[in-house]
Amino acid sequence: MSDQTQIKARSPFAEAFEMFRRNHAAVAGLVVLLLIVAVAILGPFLYPGNPFDMVWAPFTPPGQEGYLLGTDYLGRDILSLLIHGAKVSLTVGLAAAFVTVTIGITVGALAGFYRGLIEEALMRFTEFFQVLPTLLFSMVIVALFGASLTMITIAIGLVSWPAVARITRAEFLRIRELEYVTAARAGGVRNGGLIFKVILPNALPPIIVQAALMVGSAILFEAGLSFLGLTDPNVASWGQIIGSNREYILDASYTVTVPGVAIFVTVLAISLVGDGLNDALNPKLRQR
Amino acid sequence: MAFLKVLVQRIGYAVLLLIAVLVLNFTMINLAPGDVVDTIAADMGGANAELMAQIRAEYGLDQPVIVQLGSYIGRVLQFDLGYSYFYNRPVTELIFERLPATLLLVFSAQIFALVLGILLGVFAAQNPNGPLSHLVTLFALFGYAAPVFWTGILLLIAFSLKIPLFPVAGMRDVTIEGGFFPQALSVAHHLVLPMLTLGSIFIALYSRLCRASMLEVLGSDYVRTAKAKGLRPRDVVMKHALKNALPPVVTLAGLQFSAVISGAVLVETVFSWPGLGQLALTSILARDTPTILGILFFSALVVIVGNLLTDLVLRMIDPRVRGRG
Repeated sequence: MSDQTQIKARSPFAEAFEMFRRNHAAVAGLVVLLLIVAVAILGPFLYPGNPFDMVWAPFTPPGQEGYLLGTDYLGRDILSLLIHGAKVSLTVGLAAAFVTVTIGITVGALAGFYRGLIEEALMRFTEFFQVLPTLLFSMVIVALFGASLTMITIAIGLVSWPAVARITRAEFLRIRELEYVTAARAGGVRNGGLIFKVILPNALPPIIVQAALMVGSAILFEAGLSFLGLTDPNVASWGQIIGSNREYILDASYTVTVPGVAIFVTVLAISLVGDGLNDALNPKLRQR
Repeated sequence: MAFLKVLVQRIGYAVLLLIAVLVLNFTMINLAPGDVVDTIAADMGGANAELMAQIRAEYGLDQPVIVQLGSYIGRVLQFDLGYSYFYNRPVTELIFERLPATLLLVFSAQIFALVLGILLGVFAAQNPNGPLSHLVTLFALFGYAAPVFWTGILLLIAFSLKIPLFPVAGMRDVTIEGGFFPQALSVAHHLVLPMLTLGSIFIALYSRLCRASMLEVLGSDYVRTAKAKGLRPRDVVMKHALKNALPPVVTLAGLQFSAVISGAVLVETVFSWPGLGQLALTSILARDTPTILGILFFSALVVIVGNLLTDLVLRMIDPRVRGRG
């Protein structure tokens, strides 16, 4: 009986963490993701040197001559390319998701908060961006302004934000009518304060989930661009390994399948974590 | 009549969107370093400042920006998207040559994904925790996480190289002679793998939504009524439930056109499918700006037309949309 007195109110964070912990798939995804991050950070120290250097005869099959994943058509060590590519994929993925979310939140928050003409204009603007096929649009940006990693990141962000803007706007439309917002307004909080301090924190959960998924999409996006050869040619990336080796699938299919597995596993892990966050941050959804 | 009014409104809005695409195109050309004249000069092996100024005047590049924008839009309205210095042909000609291949791929992948996605969703909803439901969930995860070009290469290795069921590349067998039917058959044969590849992303999406939508509808009162009056279970599912579960799936499919075209660019590259995506890639690598921007314009046009078609389909299957006018 004395147990009952020990029950304390838990913080929402602790509750969300508990929810997340119970989702085994999400925890597994998180573990895999952390491993990949560790490889991306520590890998270049364990595998120093330029991954573009020729180390052995081209098309050495995996496991032979000490090359765990074999060599590609230029005799480069695929494992080394993958390890160095991990950093690029993750960095571009995170940075592009950040750009996406920043633009998306700004547009969505302004549209949802101010309503009226501003909302109309911003949503038309959003619809316009949804009409342009994302990959083609980013290809055009990269083609016109150069294929540096920074430009690729900006390009991915510029074409991906509409989804975030829509979610943010929907949340703002819902929350701005709630009593605590009216109360804050009556209490003299200015518009800027209402947007950033009152509404935005409460609108964040679905945006966080979307942001997590955006990292996955951005990684896929970067892989697609570098598969097409639209990337910095001096930086190893996963899509680029596949793109440059794809003419040799008859002789050495592992040069293409293995890097694909790396992309697949990373994005899968991110999406499992995203699902877990979704369940953890929207407990109401879970009860359905 | 209400329908006609809506249609006119939609088309008017579509035209505005397209003009916005042109403005964007124009802005990008002007923001990008270098212009057409630099390209021409580079092709000629260099030119002096006087000659370059002369060429600039010829192309109207010495005019104020707003005049240039006006004449650009004016030319596009007359189906003149400029001239490709790389292919030495008008851009519209290049695009019309490649457009049918892309349209075929995009629409067949969409229809294939919709049909299979809906079927999977309907059957999975019969048993929310059954094996098919788990398969749909797994499939959805796979469809999201697998890079589409990788899926394509895997299918290529499996079904053209290891088991030679389908051709490796291209759109038709040039050695085939004869009338329409054998030609069409050859194209269909070449289409199978690209369509499967491109469709795979979207089957996942549609089947998951269709399952959720069916589950919601199956729990409603009128479905219970239909069951209670003794209709066959199959009729309840297909005639009463599916009809009401379908509109959200179709709406989602309509929103995916731009994603399907993006995927098509990668799929075309993998299977050497002679469409707009391939043209886009070669012209980007050749720095052929007029062609690239022409393709962006036409792909936006395809998305807009796709959205209009989705609207029409929604009107056919959902009387509530019709009522709204």
